[in-house]
Amino acid sequence: MNAENYIKLEFPSKSCNEAYARTAAAAFAAQLDPTLEELGDIKTAVSEAVTNCIVHAYPDTVGRIRMRLRILPENRLEIAVQDWGRGIENVDKAMEPLFTTGGEERSGMGFTIMESFMDRLRVRSKPGRGTTVTLLRRIRSRGEPG
Amino acid sequence: MNISTAFADGRLTAYFAGELDQHEARRAMQTMDELLEEYLPRDLVVDLSGLNFMDSSGIALLIRVSRRIRETGGRMWIENPGQQPKRVIDTAGIDRLIPVTVRNL
Ligand SMILES: Nc1ncnc2c1ncn2[C@@H]1O[C@H](COP(=O)(O)OP(=O)(O)OP(=O)(O)O)[C@@H](O)[C@H]1O
Ligand SMILES: [Mg+2]
Repeated sequence: MNAENYIKLEFPSKSCNEAYARTAAAAFAAQLDPTLEELGDIKTAVSEAVTNCIVHAYPDTVGRIRMRLRILPENRLEIAVQDWGRGIENVDKAMEPLFTTGGEERSGMGFTIMESFMDRLRVRSKPGRGTTVTLLRRIRSRGEPG
Repeated sequence: MNISTAFADGRLTAYFAGELDQHEARRAMQTMDELLEEYLPRDLVVDLSGLNFMDSSGIALLIRVSRRIRETGGRMWIENPGQQPKRVIDTAGIDRLIPVTVRNL
């Protein structure tokens, strides 16, 4: 019934949109009947991905961010967050815990949090062209063992 | 997000409420800087019981605040994080840097 449902959202890289993006993602995910903890995980991962676009992809400009959410078979939610900003030189390095180019306002834990809160994290990036972060999370049916 | 405070016997408690993300973090850091300057506390308790959401921007903020208080010889605790902030704190591993305690409310 839910198969192939999706939404696409596009918004400017303004920090006031962080709360909007994670709330929208949680509202879409609600059709999979997630637990509060699963909803919290989804909001957290989306917040990390969108904040990275705002802070790192477009450090000095306001750019475009696109977020796509898709329901896949077996109660899985796919979230893709895309920007057309600065891109990442070395993705493996960027994904290491504590690695940051952001100074003391950042902790370098964003990718680590996305990775541990979701089932899968994929990062595709081209320097100067932009970055797409794809997150996958299966939502357990109620009554299914944790 | 909103920060309210209580102060007694050298101990400042800062109650964080609402959602702490990158959008809120800069103003929150400024508020904490001002509070530390004003009260010069020996102990700082950051009570997260009213915080509904926090991401890595909150981690960076908590680390910065703990550095600042240690510079002046003070100590810091995190108290009563809810489920989502607790998961972020655990994943980031900052409980090794800043003790996290859960008090009965
Ligand atoms: N969308 C992006 N565009 C360009 N660079 C990025 C993007 N996302 C991440 N990066 C790079 O990867 C690094 C690591 O990202 P990560 O989210 O793990 O940590 P952070 O954003 O630096 O700190 P935190 O997320 O803890 O606030 C960033 O410092 C930045 O250099
Ligand atoms: Mg980040």
